[in-house]
Amino acid sequence: MSSIKIELRKEDVDFIKETCSKFNNDSQELINVLHGCQEHFGYLPAEVQEVISEYLNVPVAKIYGVVTFYSFFTMIPKGKHPISICMGTACYVRGAEKVLEEFKKELGIKVGESTKDNKFSLSSLRCVGACGLAPVVLVGDKTYGRVAPDDVKGILKEYE
Amino acid sequence: METVKLTIDNKEIEVPRGTTILKAAKELGIEIPTLCYMDLHDLNIENKPGGCRICVAEVQGRRNLAPTCSTKCEPGMVVKTHTARVLNARRTVMEFILSDHPKDCLICPKSGTCELQDMAHRLGIREIPGQEFAEMSTYRQDTSPSIIRELNKCIMCRRCEMMCNDVQTVGALSAFNRGFTAAVGPAFEQNLEYSSCTYCGQCVAVCPTGALTEVNHVPQVLKALNDPTKTVVVQTAPAVRAALGEEFGMEPGTLVTGKMTAALRALGFDYVFDTDFAADLTIMEEGTELLDRLSRHLKGDKSARIPILTSCCPGWVNFFEYYYPDMKDVPSTAKSPQQMFGAVAKSYFAEKIGINRKDMVVVSIMPCLAKKYECQRDEFSVDGNPDVDYSISTRELAAFIRQANIDIRNLHDEDFDSPLGESTGAGVIFGATGGVIEAACRTAYEIFTGKKLDRLDFTELRGMEGVRSATLDFNGTPIKIGIAHGLGNARKLLDDVKHGRSEFTAIEVMACPGGCIGGGGQPLHHGDSEIIKARAAAIYTEDRKKPLRKSHENPFIIKLYEEYLGKPGSEKSHHLLHTHYFDRKDKILVKK
Repeated sequence: MSSIKIELRKEDVDFIKETCSKFNNDSQELINVLHGCQEHFGYLPAEVQEVISEYLNVPVAKIYGVVTFYSFFTMIPKGKHPISICMGTACYVRGAEKVLEEFKKELGIKVGESTKDNKFSLSSLRCVGACGLAPVVLVGDKTYGRVAPDDVKGILKEYE
Repeated sequence: METVKLTIDNKEIEVPRGTTILKAAKELGIEIPTLCYMDLHDLNIENKPGGCRICVAEVQGRRNLAPTCSTKCEPGMVVKTHTARVLNARRTVMEFILSDHPKDCLICPKSGTCELQDMAHRLGIREIPGQEFAEMSTYRQDTSPSIIRELNKCIMCRRCEMMCNDVQTVGALSAFNRGFTAAVGPAFEQNLEYSSCTYCGQCVAVCPTGALTEVNHVPQVLKALNDPTKTVVVQTAPAVRAALGEEFGMEPGTLVTGKMTAALRALGFDYVFDTDFAADLTIMEEGTELLDRLSRHLKGDKSARIPILTSCCPGWVNFFEYYYPDMKDVPSTAKSPQQMFGAVAKSYFAEKIGINRKDMVVVSIMPCLAKKYECQRDEFSVDGNPDVDYSISTRELAAFIRQANIDIRNLHDEDFDSPLGESTGAGVIFGATGGVIEAACRTAYEIFTGKKLDRLDFTELRGMEGVRSATLDFNGTPIKIGIAHGLGNARKLLDDVKHGRSEFTAIEVMACPGGCIGGGGQPLHHGDSEIIKARAAAIYTEDRKKPLRKSHENPFIIKLYEEYLGKPGSEKSHHLLHTHYFDRKDKILVKK
């Protein structure tokens, strides 16, 4: 599962330690600690979970259970430009799936993965509240509305 | 006590507030079927995640069917447990559970003792609609030295998770993922071998399906028995004789010592010996160590660590090696009886019968799965030849006896062979929680005080409570004894030791609830704690029947010291009968 091996630096460990102590090293605050760490690292690699396990005194198996239960948490690093395609009802009926397929084809990755150069990562989400613009694609903080499969190449070109 | 009145299947009942519908129904003689639920009442262990929904019933005025294992009785409730709606829902739930479950029951190691199979039979499931469209789980198999995980057979009852986390506090297993891909396993879906698993086997003991089973070593034993160049020696742990009968339809608590010995001889073992002999030997070594540490401690020697912790239980050893590596010098250095037996059999006994240790195969019959791992440890071998070659569980022995066409019920009782089959009552009680320390006290008292004990039954050390303590009077010196069974209970006592709060002189720890009689390799109790209590009673009966009940009075132990070892704690004893411990976390990291 954890195919990406990273070695934590001292400042990384210190950050996790601080985050845990901000929540009084309370095991009940696990989800908040995970949120804090994912915001900082961009993802939750095994090493980070192991350090959290030490400070919160929660078995690492339990932490892994929580990380894999909630789709928000990820153990794969996000790309420099994370791409999210809305698969909410409105976007879906207006062809979001075809748009997603096009992104997959162009990038050569599946949902939940990142490109080899770590430039792009692909995820799907449920409704961003802009159904009038369906189908909606987010790249980083930028929103693209009424996206057709033919637009995909052009969008990716903007980030080259 | 506040009570509530309700009606279940047209019968009225009054129960204490807080009682679940399931338990109230049981009092009325209504057996609502359950699958994920498990209640080991006397051990204070209960699993009721309300996850499988097999136990549903109709509650008047409620829109949905209620899971009775986790729904509490309320005043005036009207419950129906077998309406058409309930029976159909129950069947549908079962069909869903079975839809992605492998159908290889014929060759599944759990076949015949599988609760899922029994439930399908009880509910009369004859087809699984939509089978042709159903996707099957494809989780890989994971084989560790003791336990096999066949995750595609997991039904997410989460009993193993409860045992591993709440009861044992080992934290090796947790549910991960969600929906169809959900399963239970170690962090990052790694193999059990690379987790904090102690191989206590309690997950296996409660698994209702074939998802968790033991590694089977019967084929290797069979091969050894059929090799004319090998002398095959067998040892049987005390807890096995108190449970083996259950596998052959006998009442729980039936002692089958003589029949088991006869069956082992019929299987072809050259020497049928008893681990109880090695248990007596353990007492000599561990007891001497205790008295040595105690007298040095009483003289003010700061290097003498008190309390001393027992070290017979391999699950427990694995636990403190992983979680308390900084306290490696607190437990006794004495090997477990299984390993003492192996060391003595392949040295003293091999010399006696004039064979090379390489031509001897030592097999142990154990109520335990951690013993399989223990006998594979590097430090318990000489030039790559292990002191104990194979360890098989009580369940594996039963299967072996059946395969060999032996009708154990009609065998005449036979005795163990001499000399490694001779034991005292002190060796027998090793099988129940509190037994090791009681056996140790019988010997330590007489050596420490120089007086004869007039009362051998230390009943204050017995029982099923998770943590027990008693103060014994050693002729004016108070000896405080602590006892824990179940690793979660052990953790409590160990934390006290770690923080200098422990008042105990000696602590006995057994990893499994009930001690070895409740071990992970025993016949499955299917959530009935009465069975474990009956086995404990059997162990104490065997003790009372023995002419000798103190380890240091075992004439064959005395002879072993005279002829071979010198005295307890001698250099030779240390070489053969003592061990050292490791930081297991470090070891696992290196292996990873």
